[in-house]
Amino acid sequence: MIGLFADPRVATAAAAADAALLSVEHLTMRFGGLVAIDDVSFHAARREITAIIGPNGAGKTTVFNCLTGFYKPTVGRLTLNREGTLFYLERMEDFRIAQEAHVARTFQNIRLFPAMSVLENLVVAQHNALMRASVMTFAGLFGLKRYRDAEKAAVEKARYWLERINLADRADWNAGNLPYGDQRRLEIARAMCTEPVLLCLDEPAAGLNPRESAELNELLRFIRDEHGIGVLLIEHDMSVVMEISDHVIVLDYGRKIADGSPEAVRSDPNVIKAYLGEDEADELPPEIVADLEQKTGGEA
Amino acid sequence: MATHVRTAEGSLDLPAILKDCLMTGLVVFALAAPIIGLRTIDTPGGLGIDYRFDDVAFAVLAGIVGRFLLNLYWAYGGRRRPKAKTEEIAGGRAGAFMKKVGLYGGPAAILFAIAMPMLPFADRYTLDVAILVLTYIMLGWGLNIVVGLAGLLDLGYVAFYAVGAYSYALIAAHFDWSFWVCLPLAGLFAAFFGVILGFPVLRLRGDYLAIVTLGFGEIIRVVLLNWYEFTGGPDGVSGVPRPSLFGLEFARSSSDGPTFHQFFGLEFSSLHRIVFLYYVILALALITNFVTLRLRKLPIGRAWEALREDEIACRSLGINPTNTKLTAFAIGAMFGGFAGSFFATRQGFISPESFTFIESAVILAIVVLGGMGSQIGVVIAAIFLIGGTEVFRDLEQYRMLAFGGAMVLIMIWKPRGLLAHREPTLRLPPSRKPEAAPLAGGAS
Repeated sequence: MIGLFADPRVATAAAAADAALLSVEHLTMRFGGLVAIDDVSFHAARREITAIIGPNGAGKTTVFNCLTGFYKPTVGRLTLNREGTLFYLERMEDFRIAQEAHVARTFQNIRLFPAMSVLENLVVAQHNALMRASVMTFAGLFGLKRYRDAEKAAVEKARYWLERINLADRADWNAGNLPYGDQRRLEIARAMCTEPVLLCLDEPAAGLNPRESAELNELLRFIRDEHGIGVLLIEHDMSVVMEISDHVIVLDYGRKIADGSPEAVRSDPNVIKAYLGEDEADELPPEIVADLEQKTGGEA
Repeated sequence: MATHVRTAEGSLDLPAILKDCLMTGLVVFALAAPIIGLRTIDTPGGLGIDYRFDDVAFAVLAGIVGRFLLNLYWAYGGRRRPKAKTEEIAGGRAGAFMKKVGLYGGPAAILFAIAMPMLPFADRYTLDVAILVLTYIMLGWGLNIVVGLAGLLDLGYVAFYAVGAYSYALIAAHFDWSFWVCLPLAGLFAAFFGVILGFPVLRLRGDYLAIVTLGFGEIIRVVLLNWYEFTGGPDGVSGVPRPSLFGLEFARSSSDGPTFHQFFGLEFSSLHRIVFLYYVILALALITNFVTLRLRKLPIGRAWEALREDEIACRSLGINPTNTKLTAFAIGAMFGGFAGSFFATRQGFISPESFTFIESAVILAIVVLGGMGSQIGVVIAAIFLIGGTEVFRDLEQYRMLAFGGAMVLIMIWKPRGLLAHREPTLRLPPSRKPEAAPLAGGAS
């Protein structure tokens, strides 16, 4: 479904460039001797929710940290296509990825600004736009109209997101005093205030009750459909993953073991093996099996 | 020590109380034995020691009895021991109260400060103390940008105070420029030094940052002390020129034209200069305050506070942490430099002695005691800390004791500073249309 309020620029760019929004090629991340990600390649598209799933320690968050510049990958190319301009994320500093390539992220353990108000959290996210409007603070210092208008626009955008996540009546609360589920949604709204083209969500449904989970699904669908951006999602909650994702990537021990639609991934034997384990007898090499049989036979 | 002496409503847990009192007695003994029990006296062969066991015994007894009475008070109807306050919701009752304080208290205090020299009790001594307090208020406000807003613990703030003071003194000595030309220069120099300090400490936080800034403060002082050819070393710089009012000097007579009292046809009084200095520092301090209040409501100020709250989240939102930290250091240092050049012109003489670590500690104490980030808190804390030491002067040797005790009491009573409440920099205005149309363009 094409949203009513979608930006036409995105559509034309998508039509013009055949490349995906994000393409990850041969991403490898080593920490000393530990290989956290081993030669992983995948694509993420606009207007799609791409989920990365996998057992604990599979390297999902490490992929995110590489994408958002918090880690520098050992090997690999991370290309972001923003309206026809290519950004090589592996070469950029973390804050530049958010500022120039417009990749926004949330964190597994919520990182709001707890002592600042909900509204301030959303306005801080628009820092770069406001900084330009205030001409490196000087226009703002003298209260020029140009800056006042920009601030008003920033507050209105914050209001738009506050109404979307049902927090408009608590805009002046300290963010740290909100209930957990509201903090999760506020963090997503804050990331959206940076006007991203790719939104990376690290376990957004962790710790949410079923009702809050359903609200989250609705919010993510809204972001995908109405704002036309790509969403990359790490999640353990399969009800969220299977219901809303368009595309699922499964990691296990740092390797990609499956890639496809939710239905295809659900029935993939490799995925079932990774999640449920496998029959031990199949795993052992035949000579050891033979050896074992011989031993047990000898003793008997 | 035992914390629950009251087992049920009204009943006393006597053994627990006695244990508590005994512990108190032990602590008092440990403290009093060296402090009160030993006294150095002059003997014919040199210094001797006099023992005062009875005084120690009285102190211990007083401690035990006092603790017992305090326990009784807690047990019967009295309030429980104060607990650290939890986070308040912005805009709650404290918010309404603070809004009133900000609305009426601030302007009232400014009016009082402007009228102060005209009031009957304003003699030379009072004005001198007021100038001193205002200098520390200004330093506190400057440091508040770095510590209170940006959350960068700076233990070497006095370095910028020193840079400002020496900039003015040396420029005036070598080029004979006036105070009003040197003042912005001194601020710029100090800001430059703020950036120099800022660069190497960009990656540091908390304790590590504190140690490096402490070292930086000492480096500046040691350089001033040892670079004899340039700074005069321990001899300092003397004869720092006094400021003038648009070229009118505050002297009995001058070779450069009319002096202040001649121009206005007043009788010469040495108080004129003091009153003038008072207004200079008041204006400088108020400028610091207004600039800080304004910056706080601008993107850069909000970025400082966001950086204090969570640096990683800031990076993920595209805020450049390097620029944000360096501007905090530079602007904080600039106000320190202004205060420093004022200090130089007021004293007429500066030496490295005036810029020791204890100054940094006092300024930091003002910020922390006032409540980090609170402008009015800094004023109250500066009046208490700087004015308080002057008021307690009559207590002679017990001055510091009374002072330290008062600080401990404040920290027990208000562990997050006197005014820890934070007012949000902007509030959501009521929406004009009840069903606001979605902002399609603004939210793409």
